[in-house]
Amino acid sequence: MNIIDKYEKEQMKDNLPEIRIGDKVRVSTKIVEGSRERLQVFEGVVIARHRGNNRESITVRKQSYAVGVERVFPLHAPVVDKVEVVSRAKVRRAKLYYLREKKGKSARLKELRG
Amino acid sequence: MVKGILGKKLGMSQVYNDKGEIVPVTLIQAGPCYVIQKKIKETDGYDAVQLGFGPRKEKGVNKPMKGHQAKAGAGYFYHIKEVPCDDMNAINVGQEIKPSELFAKGEIIKVSGTSKGKGYAGVMRRHGFGGLPGSHGSLIQRETGSIGMHTDPGEVFKGKKMAGHLGDVKVTISGLEVMDVRDDENLVVVKGAVPGSRGKLVVLRKQGV
Repeated sequence: MNIIDKYEKEQMKDNLPEIRIGDKVRVSTKIVEGSRERLQVFEGVVIARHRGNNRESITVRKQSYAVGVERVFPLHAPVVDKVEVVSRAKVRRAKLYYLREKKGKSARLKELRG
Repeated sequence: MVKGILGKKLGMSQVYNDKGEIVPVTLIQAGPCYVIQKKIKETDGYDAVQLGFGPRKEKGVNKPMKGHQAKAGAGYFYHIKEVPCDDMNAINVGQEIKPSELFAKGEIIKVSGTSKGKGYAGVMRRHGFGGLPGSHGSLIQRETGSIGMHTDPGEVFKGKKMAGHLGDVKVTISGLEVMDVRDDENLVVVKGAVPGSRGKLVVLRKQGV
């Protein structure tokens, strides 16, 4: 393992759950308002994952009042407090960008049980 | 105290700072460096130390260099360079210089290296010229245009910016912040980019030296 790899791995969080494409996740981020700090929750489907040690990030998509909203979370950043996997879905692609074109019923994913 | 150290650029990465912001960093393997020779004001006119970096097999060293480096007794090196130094009595020949002796976290330093060679480049790339019109009957797009006047002065001035070799020159970047120093791996992490490609020699110096 080279030195850069080692240096990056040291900065990775070890308490992250196993996140897969198509998972419905709940991401809590820290928001500072003046002197107070609170958690903001963003819940949606993981449509992409970009690997790379401490630079790893996921793209989460949700529908908010009929408007599609996507957010990219750098998983190992201190602002990302917690990631929970709510449910899993059966998907056949590594990047679910096709969901952007779909609306309503066709934008659903087949849920995985067990 | 030695005011500089030699190192190898390992590559770039990202770290999160105390505020949680992403900071681009360059990792430099600064050492092991050994003092090969002391230059003292009385004999050489100035104070400095010659550092050796990058272990080399004995058979790869020619005879004059072998004799010179053998005096220090710290092995043989690929790179030998002088760095400024003060308080010469505290330095011994053959001594190893550790990055933490020079640099602390948060310190502002400067880094020199040889920039990446770009080959023969035109004036737009080399000097940032604007180029010539793309239309309205213009026959040339990326050339210089006029390089001077007519019979008076009748010559092209010296230093006129023209096409030529770009890069592969010594470049010094100052004002780089030290993000981390580790002695066990001789690692120095600085904020931002440093000149040159990965694996090349860089010189880290204190600001103002």
